[in-house]
Amino acid sequence: MDEAPRRKGNARSRIGDPLFKWLTWSFTMLVLLILGGVVFTLVEGSIPVFKTMGLDFLITAKWNPVTDQYGVIVPLVGTLVTALIAMLVGVPTSFAIAFFLTELCPYFIRQPISIAIELLAAVPSIIYGIWGLFIVAPYFQSHIEPVLIAVLGPIPVLGALFQGPAIGIGMLLAGLILGLMILPFITAVTRDVFSSVPAVLRESAYGLGCTRWEVVRRIVLPYCRTGVVGAVMLGLGRALGETMAVTFVIGNAHRLSTSLMAPGTTISATLANEFTEAVGDVYTSALIGLGLVLFVLTFFVLALGKRLLLRAGH
Amino acid sequence: MNPVVRRHLTDKIVVAVSFAVTAAILAVLAFILGTLIYNGLAAMKLSLFTESTPPPGSAGGLANAIMGSLMMTVLATLIATPVGILAGTYLAEYARGNKLASVVRFINDVLLSAPSIIIGLFVYTIIVMPMGHFSAWAGTVALAIIAVPIIVRTTEDMLSLVPDTLREAGMALGTPKWMVILHIGYKAAFQGMLTGILLAIARVSGETAPLLFTALNNQFWSMDLNAPMANLPVVIFQFAMSPYADWRELAWGGALLITFTVLVLNVLARVLSSQKKRAA
Repeated sequence: MDEAPRRKGNARSRIGDPLFKWLTWSFTMLVLLILGGVVFTLVEGSIPVFKTMGLDFLITAKWNPVTDQYGVIVPLVGTLVTALIAMLVGVPTSFAIAFFLTELCPYFIRQPISIAIELLAAVPSIIYGIWGLFIVAPYFQSHIEPVLIAVLGPIPVLGALFQGPAIGIGMLLAGLILGLMILPFITAVTRDVFSSVPAVLRESAYGLGCTRWEVVRRIVLPYCRTGVVGAVMLGLGRALGETMAVTFVIGNAHRLSTSLMAPGTTISATLANEFTEAVGDVYTSALIGLGLVLFVLTFFVLALGKRLLLRAGH
Repeated sequence: MNPVVRRHLTDKIVVAVSFAVTAAILAVLAFILGTLIYNGLAAMKLSLFTESTPPPGSAGGLANAIMGSLMMTVLATLIATPVGILAGTYLAEYARGNKLASVVRFINDVLLSAPSIIIGLFVYTIIVMPMGHFSAWAGTVALAIIAVPIIVRTTEDMLSLVPDTLREAGMALGTPKWMVILHIGYKAAFQGMLTGILLAIARVSGETAPLLFTALNNQFWSMDLNAPMANLPVVIFQFAMSPYADWRELAWGGALLITFTVLVLNVLARVLSSQKKRAA
């Protein structure tokens, strides 16, 4: 081989390789920097409210821009309650669909149904909002809520959750729509986890005469418990932070009530509604403080879910 | 009851329930799309694309919002694509089994599903506050930050699928590693990476929450990236929440446009990635 091209090749890799490696490395660091920046700005931005309110910010239910008193409790409870309703709806539904897709569905329609469910995840949040507000809420108000109030309302203790006038929008509707929105995420991961069960385990169970349900209940679920919990956590992380759909249908009222049909608010809905209108440093800072609480909450839930899935080998 | 009969009955019930649930959810999807088409088609007139957002009570369209959304989405994609591809390249090509890489991978996955409204707060603090006003640039950056983790993830996944024998073959010819990545890695993973970019565009074009505090909205036609800019999601939000019938009709029109775009992009991405699978 003659000398010149080889030297040229060497020069190329001498300069090109470290340069390209450095270039890709610095963009990787950018991803870290974004997360660091998010944490830093949230913490820094919420300092004024902690100076004014102290740790009361985390335990008081007040939210009064006029007297400049803010507490995280009302939106936080709203966030948790709607997310809980979403999980109650979304998790069993997702399991049912994953069960259907992995055990029951004829092969040729498995793909189309999976895609349709995934499209549900692709529909933007705001579309769920507008659909929930204009289409579902009126029906909910006239047909579902009166029945719930009449049937469940008189039951002691539990009945307290189903009181008051039927107005359609409120925490219950927000939770239901959230459940619908997180369902495709949980379904997709659960389906993958379900299909990771070695066929030989399944077949042995069928060979012993187990029914399809027993195979899922006694073999598949125990085998991929960790992965399934991870999938649920990822769904919960989404439900906690979801903004637009909730803002449309929750009613945006800053108050605590025991009834699920009452309007309420969540952290993200409060941010979406009030942030651009907030006047005064403490008000803005209180909203950023809400953001910090939401971020910490979702970060831990998502990180936990991710870890569980990694441990399960996904 | 006979235990065998009971077991089979339980099985039948569970199977029937999961059939019903799957059918119900598919029906909901059809219902959402149906109402969107029904309500949105009423707003589909030529004026929707030629006139700007009106004050309440007069006729108008969404031209400024459509333009704004297009501009911000395109710019955000142009920013996020190189960032995401290069970071994904580092993770897949240079940092296998590296501790730092697994941290970044983890953080990237968390960012992937972190609440987008938090990104809005972040960009508000670093861009809108120092500049003193809302701007389309701020909106663009917020959208780019949302798109990056998606592109990082798909780039890494797709490059990891490229067989090492291809890389070795390239190296054996004396090709420097970076040229192997550019000419062999990227070439082999091209369709998959393109899928990731399409999915990122789809995700970004429906995002509303991060734009509320960054690009805000603008009633008028504006191409100035240094000023607030109208965009479809925020206009839909404002118009849908308003009491005016003509605003609400425009909101439905915008909703149909966005959903249609997002679903087409998703289907396109899926077709691309299934072609890839068949070729492999």
